[in-house]
Amino acid sequence: MSPHDSRLPDHPTTAGRHIPDRLTSPAARALKSWEALLLVVAIAIFIMNAMASPWFLDPWSLSDATFNFTEKAMIAFAMAMLIVAGEIDLSVGAIIALASTVMGVAMSAGAPVPVLVLLGLGTGLACGAFNGLLVARFGLPSIVVTIGTMSLFRGISYIVLGDGAFTGYPAGFAWFGQGYVFWVVTVELVIFALAALAFGILLHRTNFGRMVYAIGNNATAARFSGIRVDRIRFILFLLTGLMSGVAAICLTSRLGSTRPSIASGFELEVVTIVVLGGVSILGGSGTIPGVVLAALVMGLVTFGLGLMNVPGIVMSIVVGALLIGVIALPRLLAMARGR
Amino acid sequence: MQATPPAADGAPVLSLRDIVKTFPGVRALNGVRLDLFPGQVTALIGENGAGKSTIVKILTGIHQPDEGRIIVDGTETRFPTAQAAGAAGVTAIHQETVLFDEMTVAENIFIGHAPRTRWGLIDRRAMRRRAKEILAGIGADLNPAARLRDLGIASKHLVAIARALSIDARVVIMDEPTAALSHKEIAELYELVEKLKAQGKAILFISHKFDEIFRIADRWTVFRDGAFVAEGLMAEATEAGLVRMMVGRSVDQIYPKRPARIGPPALTVAGYCHPTEFEDITFTLHQGEILGFYGLVGAGRSEVMQALFGITRPSKGACRLGDQVRVIRSTAQAVAAGIVYVPEDRGRQGTVKGLPIFQNVTLPSLARTSRAGFLRLAEEFALAREYTQRLDLRAASLDQDVGLLSGGNQQKVVIAKWLATKPRIIILDEPTKGIDIGSKAAVHDFMSELAAQGLAVIMVSSEIPEVLGMSDRVIVMREGRIAAEFTGDDMTPENLVRAAVGIEGAAA
Repeated sequence: MSPHDSRLPDHPTTAGRHIPDRLTSPAARALKSWEALLLVVAIAIFIMNAMASPWFLDPWSLSDATFNFTEKAMIAFAMAMLIVAGEIDLSVGAIIALASTVMGVAMSAGAPVPVLVLLGLGTGLACGAFNGLLVARFGLPSIVVTIGTMSLFRGISYIVLGDGAFTGYPAGFAWFGQGYVFWVVTVELVIFALAALAFGILLHRTNFGRMVYAIGNNATAARFSGIRVDRIRFILFLLTGLMSGVAAICLTSRLGSTRPSIASGFELEVVTIVVLGGVSILGGSGTIPGVVLAALVMGLVTFGLGLMNVPGIVMSIVVGALLIGVIALPRLLAMARGR
Repeated sequence: MQATPPAADGAPVLSLRDIVKTFPGVRALNGVRLDLFPGQVTALIGENGAGKSTIVKILTGIHQPDEGRIIVDGTETRFPTAQAAGAAGVTAIHQETVLFDEMTVAENIFIGHAPRTRWGLIDRRAMRRRAKEILAGIGADLNPAARLRDLGIASKHLVAIARALSIDARVVIMDEPTAALSHKEIAELYELVEKLKAQGKAILFISHKFDEIFRIADRWTVFRDGAFVAEGLMAEATEAGLVRMMVGRSVDQIYPKRPARIGPPALTVAGYCHPTEFEDITFTLHQGEILGFYGLVGAGRSEVMQALFGITRPSKGACRLGDQVRVIRSTAQAVAAGIVYVPEDRGRQGTVKGLPIFQNVTLPSLARTSRAGFLRLAEEFALAREYTQRLDLRAASLDQDVGLLSGGNQQKVVIAKWLATKPRIIILDEPTKGIDIGSKAAVHDFMSELAAQGLAVIMVSSEIPEVLGMSDRVIVMREGRIAAEFTGDDMTPENLVRAAVGIEGAAA
């Protein structure tokens, strides 16, 4: 330290009162949390499904059920951090389309599997960097930027493919979307679990995560506290792009083909999972465990309805109603209590 | 000191008596009076916070007084809405009137009270004709059908004035009307005021600039700290007398300023410029010193401080910290260099509401409380505990949302946050504005202690007793420039106000 450094004395001059660190323990808080409610909902839906269909409890059908949410949930973790920070990325479905198209072009040219994977991840990162640059560097609102890039990225994919499709991915590539690590545990499920762990640690256990919360609650005050707000926003877009790249690899591998319409509408389903998980759409609050539970709830509901042969359009109505219902519930309870 | 109200030539068109207005925690007006006479300009004079804007809002029906009477033409009345004030003939030309760029001049003038046809539709022809008349009345040659966005700023200002006069105004309030005008436009405004006087309108003229007041006002009224001080005729007034009444109070509050040993320079700012906010700011700050920055609101003090803190970048100029030249491009760099800033706007810039107290305190110190980028809550609580106790924070727990604290305690959290970074230079912008007496004393006491420890302190304040009571040296800013610097016995209320409002010549 330089000689100009001036330090405060070690003894306090005003006898401050003792302030307790906490009044409620973290455990007590968790019990009353949104996540606890989601867990109850998930268990209830699980039991309802088990009673409604004799095939539900079969390990292999449960394993199949995970494909309903794994790809979306991977993106949802990154999206959750982005929304906590007060931003949003609506271009994630389009990023998947573009990344899948890039992989398709490379596959047609005879590129080996590791190259395809690197290209998928690289395209995701590049798209995320583009979004992040426009938002963090030029200060444009993320909702506008990503609505624009949503058309842009998918548009490129349409130009390349037209009505066509890339098919004939090498056998080794199928492992990501169709392979099993152990018994009924799919590769995608493992990637989902690892992503949940990594993003959970990043958001809840690191300085970076703390700054994300600070930015989401008050970006101006965060900047006035010496936080590099723009840098963090850029990194969050980069992460969302990267996870979209991972999802592109899984989805392309599972489908075994690339069409320009791949993953259309993904962005809204991802945002639905995030919001259902208790992340405030206004930014500033929400947790990764909540998003994990929301992904499970969504997966269970769509799979259960599928087992009961409910048509897709009704399924989306149910999901919409579920979203509004769960979001409205706490407010309705608060209003009832206020009376 | 109360002057006898001069004999009025005619009865006042509008009078306020015993007006009291209280906002949560603040008594903005405490029994003030004001008289406005037809064909005369009354200047309302007072420091920042004297209650001038509140009186304008009461006159225009935006705020309701808690007590007191509004008398128009000898009859007591009330202005429950802005429309009611307009109907009584009271209109205001604000510093920044909201105009609509996409609408025409005539539409802007008549927004909200356009002439109607008998079918209830807007009578465009009548509107244009009357707009033309009003514009001609103030000597403005503008096409009523022109779109506002195609006009220059001066023309827009004329439209704002025309809008104010479009109701059949008898009382015209001008709140710092020259703040954004050039010399030529100011001269034109004076002509306009003469015209309005000739038409028998009563004008309330609010300005900080003494030359203007002496140029166009007929009468004066001084407010101080929300109270009426005196009134009189301009012809009988002197600058020195008005300044004394504005400042008025004796500096008798006890400030806990301890004598500090002034050390070597901690910060040297040379020729800082900004395209719009300030120009040629040069000063030196020493270790152990409290340097006060005084000026009127809008003089550019906060803008200079925010440039030093890396919020904005100066277009020119350099700053030296100790003996190294540093370029500060971001707040992160400022904090790393040991410069911290306690902002005036606590709610927006100071605290992160939604995060608990301890997380607010540790936000800039996370690198110290964490290990390899991972949070360590025990360390955070320890740091937060240390500094919040030192500032005598009152809170239920450190895990409590900072937004639930009172203003004074929020300020303590902001200061604790910065002290935990062990800064070399601390800039406090209006540190005690809007906080309770107890917290005020704690903040003052702590500032003094910091300086005694050898920290360099800059205190921006609009409160003269605070500036004089706490500072070793005072810099006065006016219109983006350093107007004067005072030390020792020259640090008097009169000198500060003179420099801030721009009165030339020696102190009285």
